[in-house]
Amino acid sequence: MKLEVRHLTKRFGGVAAIDDVTLAFPSGSLSAVIGPNGAGKSTFFNLISGAIRADGGHVLIDGEDITAHGQAAIVRRGLGRAFQVARFFPTMTVRENLMAAVAAHRGQWGDLMRRFPPPGASPRAREIAAMLGLADSSDRVAATLSHGDQKLLDIALALALEPKILLLDEPTAGMGPEERARMIDRVQHVWSEQKLTLVFIEHDMDIVFRIAERIAVLCYGRLLAAGTPAAIRGDPAVIAAYLGTEVLAP
Amino acid sequence: MTPLAREGGIALIVLALLLGAPALFSSPAFEDFIIRLSALALFASSLNLLVGASGMISFGHGMFYGFGAYAFALLMQRTALSLLPAFLLTLGLTALAALLVGGVCIRLKTIYFAFVTLAIQMLFYSVIISWESLTGGDQGLRGGIPRRVIAGLDINHQRHLYQVCALLLVVGLFAMRHITASPFGMTLRMIRDNEARAAFLGIPLWRPKLAVFVLAAVFAALGGVLASLFVSGAYPELADWPISGQAIFAVMLGGIESFLGPLAGSAILLALNDIFTRITEYHGLVQGGVILLFALGLRRGVLDFLRRDRARGEAASR
Ligand SMILES: Nc1ncnc2c1ncn2[C@@H]1O[C@H](COP(=O)(O)OP(=O)(O)OP(=O)(O)O)[C@@H](O)[C@H]1O
Ligand SMILES: [Mg+2]
Repeated sequence: MKLEVRHLTKRFGGVAAIDDVTLAFPSGSLSAVIGPNGAGKSTFFNLISGAIRADGGHVLIDGEDITAHGQAAIVRRGLGRAFQVARFFPTMTVRENLMAAVAAHRGQWGDLMRRFPPPGASPRAREIAAMLGLADSSDRVAATLSHGDQKLLDIALALALEPKILLLDEPTAGMGPEERARMIDRVQHVWSEQKLTLVFIEHDMDIVFRIAERIAVLCYGRLLAAGTPAAIRGDPAVIAAYLGTEVLAP
Repeated sequence: MTPLAREGGIALIVLALLLGAPALFSSPAFEDFIIRLSALALFASSLNLLVGASGMISFGHGMFYGFGAYAFALLMQRTALSLLPAFLLTLGLTALAALLVGGVCIRLKTIYFAFVTLAIQMLFYSVIISWESLTGGDQGLRGGIPRRVIAGLDINHQRHLYQVCALLLVVGLFAMRHITASPFGMTLRMIRDNEARAAFLGIPLWRPKLAVFVLAAVFAALGGVLASLFVSGAYPELADWPISGQAIFAVMLGGIESFLGPLAGSAILLALNDIFTRITEYHGLVQGGVILLFALGLRRGVLDFLRRDRARGEAASR
């Protein structure tokens, strides 16, 4: 599915965290959103996913305006997301986390007639765990997982929704180099396997320029530039404001 | 065996033991204890549907206990309804009241939710006190409960009241257990664990929250009905805020993580109360001290403590 924003604007107090941003993510693309701390990247995701309300502009999925929809409706429209600080259900095991998410996705969250898990939730949970390399931790209580596995679990919860569009807010935040590489492998694997429109926020420029097909650069809420890695690398405004010179040398 | 069948089996066995106990040993004190325990344990367990299962801490849950007691006593005294219809109508009316109160409260965050529920209970209490023509004001509803016969059981007899209480206690606890172990119960746990994540899995938060608020109120009213039968009427104390405090005590004392924690807490609370009222006039003080010792010593409810201890033992022996 194609994700599009037009003239999207959000102000906190007097400050515009997202300022008149117009941008499109083609169906099936893998895109990165980059920018310095406080640029408005997470706010951008919050607006798209309906977690906060925009002050102006529109969000469209396959041309349909979803700006005024609530989070639950946007989820049903096919959008999933993971968070900058991993969000999951800490007292449940990994398996329970995933089965609960699958049940929610299948509209069984209000079922009082049977015991948990509802039929079919368990095999689907196993599938998702395998896709993200969490199969070995299935019986661990989520709170005891390593930081990296918690980030993976957050993404796994989003995948339980069978999204067509997936937003990942800094999937590698707080990880060491090895964990990072593993995470990026997983993200690429999921993207190609599920034919998703995937957008991720990332601070590590090596990763961004290596895997992203398209890059959008935010700075103080404004869209500085958007395009292919080659175009972004050569964009004078981006170099001046953000990249500096070191990435120029490949 | 499925968990449902196993727990159903355990419930049946416990019920059979309770019902058979008087044939083995006749102890009015034991029966009296179970009668009082059934009311408090149903009430405390219903509070734990909110606190433990959903992470919604209510300070005013006692209003539904009081509502159940008053509605039932009034229906029995003022209408010609027999026991069972009056009982069912009481639960229905409580559900309606909870729908209204819940509609106001459930969107509030933690501490505001706690205090607004408390405020509404205080309002409810003052209505009871001032609406004398209906409720008897601070004297309560006297004059007993007429027509106390159901299915051949005459509830004027302590033995028969005991049997009804034992039945409702076991059935009520089993029903609440089923709720917490259902997919709906898991949804409540998701909300307790991480509300934002639950919302972003497509769960419209207010619906499960309102649903569990109403369910908890109905089970509290079930306890209230038993209390009303026990005291043969209804008194303002049944609706006053310390009654909410008692349920909170029972829950904290027994443990919020274990399903039977509130039952255990209620039993401990009642037993402490019985012992200390007999040996000292400062029973409130002593009881408070003991609870404080429990809280500071174990740092969690008794059943939670035992469970955690066992888990640690198993981990060590592995
Ligand atoms: N709920 C909020 N209320 C007020 N201000 C906010 C809120 N959320 C974000 N902001 C502000 O908006 C700006 C953009 O924040 P945002 O979290 O989107 O940045 P970011 O690009 O994700 O940064 P980082 O790389 O550190 O995650 C910041 O100045 C932040 O303080
Ligand atoms: Mg951010």
